Amino acid sequence: MENHTKSGGRKLILLLLLVPLVAVLVPEFYNRSNPSIGGMPFFYWWQLLWIAGVAICVGIVYLVTRRAR
Amino acid sequence: MIPKFDGLEFGIVVAMFAVVAVLGFLATRWRRGASLASVEEWGLGGRRFGTAVSWFLLGGDLYTAYTFVAVPALLFGTGAAGFFAVPYTIAVFPLVMFVAARMWSVCHEHGYATAADFVRGRHGSAILALLVAITGIVATMPYIALQLTGIRAVIETIGIGGDWPLWVAFAVLAVYTFTSGLRAPAMVAFVKDILIYVMVLVAVIYIPYKLGGYDVIFHGAQSALAAKGYSTLLSGSQYLGYTTLALGSALALFLYPHAVTGVLASRSRDVVKKNMSLLPAYSLMLGFIALLGYMALAAHVKPVGGTTAKPDTTTIVPVLFNTEFPHWFAGLAFGAIVIGALVPAAIMAIAAANTFARDIYKPYFRRNASAREEGLVSQIASVVLKLGAVGVIVGLKLTFALEFQLIGGVVVIQILPSVVLGLYTRWYHRWALVAGWIAGMGLSVYMLYITPSTTTAHFGSASFALSSWGIDTKMTIWTGIVGVVANLVVATALTPLLARLPRGRDETSPGDYGEAEAPPIPFGPGPVVGQT
Repeated sequence: MENHTKSGGRKLILLLLLVPLVAVLVPEFYNRSNPSIGGMPFFYWWQLLWIAGVAICVGIVYLVTRRAR
Repeated sequence: MIPKFDGLEFGIVVAMFAVVAVLGFLATRWRRGASLASVEEWGLGGRRFGTAVSWFLLGGDLYTAYTFVAVPALLFGTGAAGFFAVPYTIAVFPLVMFVAARMWSVCHEHGYATAADFVRGRHGSAILALLVAITGIVATMPYIALQLTGIRAVIETIGIGGDWPLWVAFAVLAVYTFTSGLRAPAMVAFVKDILIYVMVLVAVIYIPYKLGGYDVIFHGAQSALAAKGYSTLLSGSQYLGYTTLALGSALALFLYPHAVTGVLASRSRDVVKKNMSLLPAYSLMLGFIALLGYMALAAHVKPVGGTTAKPDTTTIVPVLFNTEFPHWFAGLAFGAIVIGALVPAAIMAIAAANTFARDIYKPYFRRNASAREEGLVSQIASVVLKLGAVGVIVGLKLTFALEFQLIGGVVVIQILPSVVLGLYTRWYHRWALVAGWIAGMGLSVYMLYITPSTTTAHFGSASFALSSWGIDTKMTIWTGIVGVVANLVVATALTPLLARLPRGRDETSPGDYGEAEAPPIPFGPGPVVGQT
């Protein structure tokens, strides 16, 4: 990762990039049917939900590192 | 079962194809520079694409038509494991965000047009650059061919026999990319994506409504899958395969020449980074398209050739549209799939052709080739590559199309140490990287070779059964991960040992990589420079 700011707070923000990785790359956590939403098993809606999650996490990192420029 | 020829659908697809072909030719005039005759202009669109154009270009490039056909086919055939495409296209963005931004900055600074250009400049090694170039081209060829399977699935469903429509599609594609370069797929991508978004939105609302809701769909899919020994949930022995396949595919994606081309065509570093948070919109579309596979199961869709020994499961989405929708709407959807195949096929051919012209033709055949000659070679190479792709698709009757792309990923990930680690460190010795590539590639190809499928004895799958190594388990692992780990181990171990051999000259400097090493005050080759 880039160490482009002297500020530790800004560097910590980069940890946000790890969150979606852990959320979708460890199927042990989400490989189950319940709770289901509208008939869609947990396995599916959890992963679909993280598409929004990754957009938000990456978006925040983009905004923060852009200001740090 | 060969479907009856459907004139309405055929007419709609042909009309849409014609509109797009005209658009492709018009693109020549779009925002063009002084001349199209160079890799910079023809092959990178002059590096002038802003956020919106880059978004469509990268989206059309990375989420390909065949993905839209093959991923649902995989869920249709094997259940939950096929859903790996979703974590894959989630993981890619956090992993790649800063890598792609650094790549853009250094390539912009030095005028690099390909990953191999960068490797030659960074590591000062012609051999390593050649390996990277060849790896990229080899991995891309089957990928181009796969785009055409999307077209073929549609053709089969409409009920046209023979391969002639593929040749026609190829000819039009070849001519318009030859003349317009990267601008053509960029322009066509707008049309294609808007069409596909509309189709998918309608499909994921209307089909569940018609079938009785997602509850019915998942239950129907589960009972259909259970009959074949699969499930809508993973089994414990599938975890490792699921994770490594998603992670490995994510790591490999931006090493493909066409992905690099898409990144480098952006006009600024800021555009690249911003798009990493905007592109997941395509993943959402992909996720719902994947579920079409279950809808097909629940609706008891029979793929074309369903009664034969080898039904073409890539036809299930077209057949589903055919059975659930009025034929005019199905025709529109088929047109979208066909057009959707042309965009990535064009970008891939352009990217591989740029690599050939820049990194094989120029250094090895004509050291003093002019920019004009380089551009022309690239144009011609793009046609040859497409010819090869159609040959592959007509010659080999692919059944599980996705496996071919997975093998491409196994190949292309072997350049990760040279390219991605090269973007961050100069610690690795060039000869250690060469040795790592040989080790990783050798091991991967061997593992692929000993992996059978249900129909072939070798190169059957990119999922390697650990039991082949005498480990008592049903677990599989994505071959590329094993290969790239071997690659990294060899490169890391050999670097200190080779310290006495001369190192290559690094023509880049730390400031070339963008904001990372730049002073905290705005400066240097950041976004400001790239704006027009």
